[in-house]
Amino acid sequence: MIRMRALDMKLLRDFGRLWAQALAIALVIAGGVATLILAVGSYRSLDETRTAYYERYRFADVFATVSRAPRTLVDQIAEIPGVASVDARIAKLVLLDIPDYLEPATGEVISLPQSGDASLNRLYMRVGRMPEPGRAEEVVVNEGFALSHGFQPGARFSAILNGRKRELTIVGIALSPEFIYAVGPGDIMPDDRRFGLIWMSEKALASAYDLDDALSSVSLKLLRGASESEVIMRLDAILERYGGRAAYGRKDQTSHAWLNHELDMLNNMSRTLPPIFLLVSAFLVNLTLSRLVALEREQIGLMKALGYSNASIVTHYLKFVIIIVMIGIVIGSAAGTWLGMRITSLFGDFFHFPFLVFTKSPDLYVVAAALSLIAAIIGAVRALREVVRLAPAVAMQAPAPPHYRQLLPAGFAVDRFMSQPTTMMLRNITRHPVRSLFTSLGIALATAILIVSLFTGDAMEQLIDVTYFLADRQDATVSFVEKRPRDVVLQIARLPGVLAAEPYREVPVLIRNGNVERRIMISGRPRDADLNRIIDVDLRPVVLPEAGLAISSMLASILGVRVGDSVEVDLLEGTRRTVVVPVAALVEDYFGIRGMMDSETLARLIREAPSLNSINVSLDQNSREAFYAAVKDMPIVGGLALQRVSLANFRKLVALLITTMASIYTGLAAVIAFGVVYNSARISLSERARELASLRVLGFTRGEVLRILLLELTLLTLIAQPPGWLIGYGLAWIMQKNLAGELMRVRLIVEQSTYVFASSIVIAAAALSALLVRLRLNELDLIAVLKTRD
Amino acid sequence: MADNVFTARALTKTYTSGGTQVLALRKLDLEISAGEMVVLLGPSGSGKSTLLNIMGGLDHATSGQLFFRDQELTNLDDRELTAYRRQHVGFVFQFYNLIPSLTAYENVALVTEIADHPMRPEEALALVGLEPRMHHFPAQLSGGEQQRVAIARAIAKRPDVLLCDEPTGALDSKTGIRVIEALLGINTQLGTTTLIITHNASIQDVADRVLFFADGQISRIAKNEVRRTAAELVW
Repeated sequence: MIRMRALDMKLLRDFGRLWAQALAIALVIAGGVATLILAVGSYRSLDETRTAYYERYRFADVFATVSRAPRTLVDQIAEIPGVASVDARIAKLVLLDIPDYLEPATGEVISLPQSGDASLNRLYMRVGRMPEPGRAEEVVVNEGFALSHGFQPGARFSAILNGRKRELTIVGIALSPEFIYAVGPGDIMPDDRRFGLIWMSEKALASAYDLDDALSSVSLKLLRGASESEVIMRLDAILERYGGRAAYGRKDQTSHAWLNHELDMLNNMSRTLPPIFLLVSAFLVNLTLSRLVALEREQIGLMKALGYSNASIVTHYLKFVIIIVMIGIVIGSAAGTWLGMRITSLFGDFFHFPFLVFTKSPDLYVVAAALSLIAAIIGAVRALREVVRLAPAVAMQAPAPPHYRQLLPAGFAVDRFMSQPTTMMLRNITRHPVRSLFTSLGIALATAILIVSLFTGDAMEQLIDVTYFLADRQDATVSFVEKRPRDVVLQIARLPGVLAAEPYREVPVLIRNGNVERRIMISGRPRDADLNRIIDVDLRPVVLPEAGLAISSMLASILGVRVGDSVEVDLLEGTRRTVVVPVAALVEDYFGIRGMMDSETLARLIREAPSLNSINVSLDQNSREAFYAAVKDMPIVGGLALQRVSLANFRKLVALLITTMASIYTGLAAVIAFGVVYNSARISLSERARELASLRVLGFTRGEVLRILLLELTLLTLIAQPPGWLIGYGLAWIMQKNLAGELMRVRLIVEQSTYVFASSIVIAAAALSALLVRLRLNELDLIAVLKTRD
Repeated sequence: MADNVFTARALTKTYTSGGTQVLALRKLDLEISAGEMVVLLGPSGSGKSTLLNIMGGLDHATSGQLFFRDQELTNLDDRELTAYRRQHVGFVFQFYNLIPSLTAYENVALVTEIADHPMRPEEALALVGLEPRMHHFPAQLSGGEQQRVAIARAIAKRPDVLLCDEPTGALDSKTGIRVIEALLGINTQLGTTTLIITHNASIQDVADRVLFFADGQISRIAKNEVRRTAAELVW
């Protein structure tokens, strides 16, 4: 008992002496724990939130739209094996005219059942109430739309329903599991100002669109274990004759797919970052402990001579490690929990979740703690083996002076050109190659982490460049409620401010190669289209041959096809034929997967007269207002997407994401750089106290001595940069692969400035730790150090 | 004072250790003249090292004055003391304190690189008879050889004073004599004022003067009319 108390006292005092180093290691461990808890914790919270939201508000599993089908079909659909419930409704895109809002906004009007809640995709009412059955002008709108226009219940705006302008009154503001991520037609990012969801009484909507006892959209909830593809097949068969556009599952539902994508990103983060931290913390524990043991050699010898067992001495040092890990776990858990809640709330706000489920995951904390502990103990093993191996008699003698070697064989007089401090530094590095390697590796990882975080910014800039400036150069896209004859383009071209207009025809298809199949849109386009260009993987504009299909390069790799191969295409509109089309070009695009072809060819394939469902226009910036006003008066227009606004929204979102991520990552990288450099410097200081004191006695100034002490670390920090860039590029590659999805992806681009910036941050963190070491150097007791034996 | 290298007036040093005050030097008065070889003898804790440390600019006095020639050391701050050490003082310690990662030559060069009028490192090493081993690392040298490298390193900058704290403390008699020989050689050839602390009473025979320390004061000063050579020492 007494024995343990004395050792524990030593432990306590050691901590008093080494607290700063212990803290630096603990912070690195905390970084690992925090990233794990942050990433996995927020992922789980958001996932649970989504699941709970979907369940409580009965989010459907399968969706389909038709032009018009009789309500009586509902019973027939409900009989499809595997279908639990069916919700039929009317859904139409409309153009909105909002007071004091210049640009035309788009809305999707959705019918509400005459009585009671919808059976599926129910609304969560934030404020207000449902429309009263008899009141045709009463509507409920989605929260994002209401907030962005400052709408409260009672506010009014107009919508063009089937060519007639109607005044609508908001009576309620709601959220829907179906539109967590609400993207308007032709847009890639949600824009709550320009896209709103409007729920109104079915009777009112039916009479506006002449759809009494008819439906235009169905949603199905499936029984557990039901085959989705089977149900979709049967549903398509039923709806086909009513102008049904191939049904799809949650996977292809925009809101769900985006949410999935975002959650995947979080999940991926939990797989890349924590391992780096665990690796570095294992190395730091190894570095510190093995050097600490070397410094305490005599004390260990003495303890052994006094009769302490190996086990109790090993336990003593192990306790030291465990305490550090514990501190790291506590800090990391707190920081990770806090950051996780912040991130969860941030995403929760972005997606307008009605509530947030913060999962408490005790298992996660246990796993994080266990991993950190294991990493640290692995790090400690080498030092502890050293402890066991020390024979007491040997330990109590001074160790033999360390052996050094000439850097170069005699005869090479290169070292003559170097100052002695430089020679000392180089010999120290070559004498401890493993230690030097690990130190550099630690610093390199810090640089790498920064590069990964900054890479996202570079990739986004590149994405913006290609998407908005190389490919989609139109100012606006006018979409129509239904397909229109080709001559509508002339009508649009005559609108005020329109400089050029190009028509597009979108057709939903299933594209297939062998067993791999995807549901995409093929966009028929003028061959010489100049506003919306096809940009190939070499970032060059491509003119399509008459017969070929251009597909996203992502789609090509999913299908496993190259330029020149053929793909099978089921046309889901018109003749509904299956055709074989050659792939003529691979498109460099970053959102979704799609196909493009010559509009004449497409028209021939679906066997219909050339038609369009959207028109890209370029505008005279001075006549924008007149153009908007004219569009608002066109009943056939279903929506207007604005490139400029879309880009601004995208930039805003990216800025938020990048700033948040970059500040977290920068902090983490700084923690690693600081932890590695500070620990190395502090230990060098202890190990070389005698040497440095000798230098001071010889008349070297504090500054000169500090320089000698830090020269080695400076060199290791600098050497670490190029490998850091390489590892960073590698991690960016992993990240890019992880992020590459059918919904969105980025190109692997790391700008030179990114490398420079990452290295600057790491070097600054290293410099900061050097400043702290300087304080310690000032405390160096010259006389005491020199009077003692080595 | 003119000819004196060191002049101490009522030099006092008190340490506070564990709450109790320890008087290491009590109002010490002393003059050391240029070129003198002085040996300091006395029991542990009698103040020898404290005096040497203050003379060498490693420590501050609590009160009193200490002059190096006309310069009052007791007034200097840390930075000025560093410059003073750099220009005027050579140190030799019991445990050599060589830089293990530098060869004998490089250990000496370490000092010559920052000194104003140094000798060449090989010259300094020749003075202690180590020229043939100058490209060896400390680990490849014996204790006596290491100490002679330390002496070469101390004198390479042509210091005005050489302060040695138990330079033979860790050595056997034969090697110890070689080290003393080297120190005497420096003293006579270069005229470097040399102060040697030792517990080995026989070394006193090589000095011009011997200072006997007790209780923080000089209890007695002995003058040797004839200085013995190192070879004549009985260990």
